[in-house]
Amino acid sequence: MSIKGKAYIAGIYEHPTRLAKDISLAQIHAQVAKGALDDAGLSKDDVDGYFCAGDAPGLGPMSMVEYMGLKPRHVDSTDTGGSSYVLHVGHAAEAIAAGKCKVALITLAGRPRAEGMATGTVPRSRGGTPTPDEPFEFPYGPTVVNMYAMCAMRHMHEFGTTAEQLAWIKVAASHHAQYNEHALLRDVVTVEEVVNSPMISDPLHRLDCCVITDGGGAIVVAAPEIAAKLKRPKVKLIGAGEFVKTQMGGKVDLTYSGARFSGAAAFAEAGVKPSDIKYVSIYDSFTITVLMQLEDLGFAEKGKGGKLVADGNLIAGTGKLPFNTDGGGLCSNHPGNRGGLTKVLEAVRQLRGEAHPKVQVKNCDLALAHGTGGSLGLRHGSTTVILERE
Amino acid sequence: MADTKERKLPAPAVSAETQAYWDAAAKGKLLVRKCTSCGEAHHYPRTICPFCFSDKTEWIEASGKGTIYSYSVMRRAPVPYAMAYVTLAEGPRMVTNIVDCDFDKLKCEQPVKLVFKPTDGGPPLPMFTPA
Ligand SMILES: [Zn+2]
Repeated sequence: MSIKGKAYIAGIYEHPTRLAKDISLAQIHAQVAKGALDDAGLSKDDVDGYFCAGDAPGLGPMSMVEYMGLKPRHVDSTDTGGSSYVLHVGHAAEAIAAGKCKVALITLAGRPRAEGMATGTVPRSRGGTPTPDEPFEFPYGPTVVNMYAMCAMRHMHEFGTTAEQLAWIKVAASHHAQYNEHALLRDVVTVEEVVNSPMISDPLHRLDCCVITDGGGAIVVAAPEIAAKLKRPKVKLIGAGEFVKTQMGGKVDLTYSGARFSGAAAFAEAGVKPSDIKYVSIYDSFTITVLMQLEDLGFAEKGKGGKLVADGNLIAGTGKLPFNTDGGGLCSNHPGNRGGLTKVLEAVRQLRGEAHPKVQVKNCDLALAHGTGGSLGLRHGSTTVILERE
Repeated sequence: MADTKERKLPAPAVSAETQAYWDAAAKGKLLVRKCTSCGEAHHYPRTICPFCFSDKTEWIEASGKGTIYSYSVMRRAPVPYAMAYVTLAEGPRMVTNIVDCDFDKLKCEQPVKLVFKPTDGGPPLPMFTPA
């Protein structure tokens, strides 16, 4: 059984806020749910499947199901960090294809800014019973940024990737963010500004890192017979893949990500290849994340990602591979430190023809969204979805 | 920039499965878990081999020699430190720190040797310094 063509993205919504001082976490979940259902032209009572991850308050989906007054007959709270919501799109399609639900709601919300969280630079213990890996990692001071930085360091060592090539990824994102009125960072930056920004953890500079924002978003995935009755442009899911990549018992290889496997699975299911894709949403916690995923998804040979991303090649309108046209996590939004959901949102906007006119890709009929959750340098969940305009 | 200021290192959480590893660390020895079925060493240590799933695993003492696989100097910390993966001579790559050195001179593939650093009320941590 395949999920190809078994489900549609019927509704999307991105919370406009980037600082949620006066809104509760549950409130954001409900606001984005309402926004996505309104966008689809559906109501709360149409929802019979609910998907959320570890950002939702409460045990799994239960508190949010109660808060929003849902009556789901199918729930899934699989948490693979920031990639969870890309994974949920695939899982929702599986549930729909199996007849377990017809209208699946996926929500994300977070308030790391309002809570003053030092997201990337402070090691965090998960608390409670330690995970088996924790005693062998946490005391050494792994942070979000230094573990991604080690991937960048090794990539530079093996393939000669440069800081300037990585910087081009931020530059491209900033070119797109200038048109997004909600983006946290709207100033266009140059390669020089990126490589001259303060070093956070070698070789990643401050401007190699994503923003820290509050907010959230939601996606409504619907069965074909539901989508057929709605007034929105039809965006069909044609392929999905997921993978968990680890330290492999000590056979650590920082040069590739799980995208190698999740991407291959999604492309095989969709029956398309990287050169067919008109637009890509690529998880951009850091510049290196984008470069490695593009290689692993097949948009460049391994080690040649630096050449692919350089010289404005990711900029819509002029580049060959327009990416993250909303400004992405690097410039616009990384709600709750989880950037996967917004990747799907901009891919859907592109396929609907509803991206900002300055960044809208012409005849955008095939798009890919990819997420990496957890830590690229320790263990991470990769998920890829391929979407088609019908 | 040498790391002259001392970092306070949190104590690792010791479990029954890994007690011997930390007891050895207290004696200045680094243990690696090796499978007698498939012959592969792994890290972090587990009783069931993550490669062949055999439960025939045993402790071996590491030579303490290795090379830096990758590293990153965390500049935005009260006391900057060098996060690293070191490839042990026995095979596995482990999360660790590179200490007692000029961080600006670190390189991938650089030879390193084992040292131990005290933690806050727990067993010491195996770390590495340029050989
Ligand atoms: Zn074995």
